Amino acid sequence: MSGPVDEGLKSELQKQGVFVVPVEWLYNWGRRSSIWPLQFGLACCAIEMIAAAAARYDLARFGAEVFRATPRQADLMIVAGTVTKKMAPQVVRLYNQMPEPKYVIAMGACAISGGPFKDGYNVLKGVDRFVPVDVHIPGCPPRPEALIHAIMTLQEKITGQKFTDVPGYDKALPAEFPIPEQGAHDLVPTANRELWQPPKEHPDVTIAEVLKKP
Amino acid sequence: MIPAIEQLRELVLATVPGAKLEIVPSTPAAAQPALLVDRENALAVAQFLKHDVTLLLDSCSCVTAVDYLKQGHIEIVYHLYSVALKHGPVVLKVRAPRELSQCYVPSLTVVWRGCEYQEREAFDLYGVKFEGHPDLRRILMWDGFVDHPMRRDYVPPMDYEWEPTPHGETLARAKQEGGVVPPSVLEGKK
Repeated sequence: MSGPVDEGLKSELQKQGVFVVPVEWLYNWGRRSSIWPLQFGLACCAIEMIAAAAARYDLARFGAEVFRATPRQADLMIVAGTVTKKMAPQVVRLYNQMPEPKYVIAMGACAISGGPFKDGYNVLKGVDRFVPVDVHIPGCPPRPEALIHAIMTLQEKITGQKFTDVPGYDKALPAEFPIPEQGAHDLVPTANRELWQPPKEHPDVTIAEVLKKP
Repeated sequence: MIPAIEQLRELVLATVPGAKLEIVPSTPAAAQPALLVDRENALAVAQFLKHDVTLLLDSCSCVTAVDYLKQGHIEIVYHLYSVALKHGPVVLKVRAPRELSQCYVPSLTVVWRGCEYQEREAFDLYGVKFEGHPDLRRILMWDGFVDHPMRRDYVPPMDYEWEPTPHGETLARAKQEGGVVPPSVLEGKK
């Protein structure tokens, strides 16, 4: 079949119990309705994640209730909590072990930026330094509604994807990300520079000038 | 009941005659005065405190270290309780010089088994070596880590380029070490 199906014909066919949709739509419908998250939590955000999955907020309504205890069966990594420098290599390793296509939600202030602990010697200043993040949820911790909203945002993203532009299907792109080493003083490297770049200094104003101003 | 700290000192001295014991008053007033013991006799004093029938301090609830940068020593603090006699705490302190080569104290894990992990933590974060500890490894930081981050002179790695709202000390350091200030901050300043 070439070209879009006539809406009138589609409607007539539906009355007879025949649904005409592109394969891509059907495929994405299946994917977005069964986003299985990886079952792991790093800190207090995990408690909110558990609450979201439990009866009151019922993540099952979105098909995302099947938390898998292995990365091999997971589609989504919810980074729920503070990523310490000691844990960071394991988080990247788990991400690498997930099958494509895979998605990441950075849940809470810590996963986004280090949050209240970002001045600490032991805390990674945002998980997006090492893995590509699809949805960020601010909050400390975010409420279960916020996590549900993130899942819905991700569903929208999946709906819009085509076979041809899902990153994991493109063989030219790297299938996995380099795992940082634990060095003598810090992680080596401190960030995956292909994924993440530090904010640039303002072209017109130097730091010295900022310091002078009251 | 635990005797007053002066009496406790006499009690210990009667059993461990050579011990150099000092009473460390504590501020604020609500806190507990502590018994400071020299490194050489710490183990003998600990054994006495645990096994003496009137004290029976059978539980060590907390081990921590305090870095006194100006005075040049690190203080290891033990909080002792008696579960059997329902009293406590007795605060026991041991001092060691700050220099890493000299910074060792006897491990009290042989007396109170529960000290093991807490002494490892003090070793990890302060660099205090506990002699006689059964398994002295880092517990929080990774094995290849060389610094002791809770020491007052610890310099954290330079990664201020991420700082979205640098201010105070962080901003000064970003300036010194060539960090960057993101445009959003500068726009607020204009």
